[in-house]
Amino acid sequence: MDASYIKPFIASIQNVFSTMLQLPVTVGTPRIKDRTGPAFDVSGLIGMSGDVTGSVVLSLPRDTAERVVSLFCGQELTLESPDFADAVGELVNMICGGAKAMFTGKKVSISCPSVVVGQGHTVARQTDVPCIQIPCTTDCGELVIEIAIQQSPAAAAAAGAGATA
Amino acid sequence: MKILLVDDSKTMRNIQKSVLTQLGHTDTQEACDGQDAMSKVGAYKPDLLLVDWNMPIMDGLTFVKTFRQTNKTTPIIMVTTEAEKSRVIEAIKAGVNNYVVKPFTPDLLSQRINETMAKVAAA
Repeated sequence: MDASYIKPFIASIQNVFSTMLQLPVTVGTPRIKDRTGPAFDVSGLIGMSGDVTGSVVLSLPRDTAERVVSLFCGQELTLESPDFADAVGELVNMICGGAKAMFTGKKVSISCPSVVVGQGHTVARQTDVPCIQIPCTTDCGELVIEIAIQQSPAAAAAAGAGATA
Repeated sequence: MKILLVDDSKTMRNIQKSVLTQLGHTDTQEACDGQDAMSKVGAYKPDLLLVDWNMPIMDGLTFVKTFRQTNKTTPIIMVTTEAEKSRVIEAIKAGVNNYVVKPFTPDLLSQRINETMAKVAAA
């Protein structure tokens, strides 16, 4: 995966959390995720299409998710609250939207978010796209962004044709 | 002032409602997508619309274009994660009056609402 895709997600999660939650995020060292590794208890997923394709997952342990969502919504919300998943979806929506705006010269669309709630779940992805984990820590606890995206074949071909023209 | 909030995220509609309440605007209605909004604008007759872009069933841009076919004047503020210049231009061409990129502070949303309504009053 192109390393230039990582910085936008780092910048975006810091921007979203500081703007909407007033919560600083400390970003750790990105690493390649073991394909079989589970996510945390709560995952917000977004698909990307266009010049860049793949998926992005925001994953949090239960306690962290409840604290983060409560901060975001301005009220105490638990995993069982009907609006809990919606809040997680909106967070990953804003993180991906902010990141894709920093993909220079790329036209990218993002899907509506999906949210999975359940201990020990795994998120299956395309096997030919490496998944990069960006571990983060906050005063609410730890969380992770998992990015499995690549330039689409059509965009790569267009870029190649442009380079040789 | 009557304000229609159009966003598939209830969390985001609640955040916007909270900002509007702080500004003294308590008469609001909500729609969860463009189609839902189209079904409500006729009866509710909002004075302002806050519209998300990426929504299921009917997205915000399609809603704006459809709405503008019969209503050229009611101000619309797009509140969205779509931050690219090309998207902003697309929205303005469709008939949007102002644009707020998520994430936003309450102050920024307040500022955009006030400047939009001031322009409408001056026109």
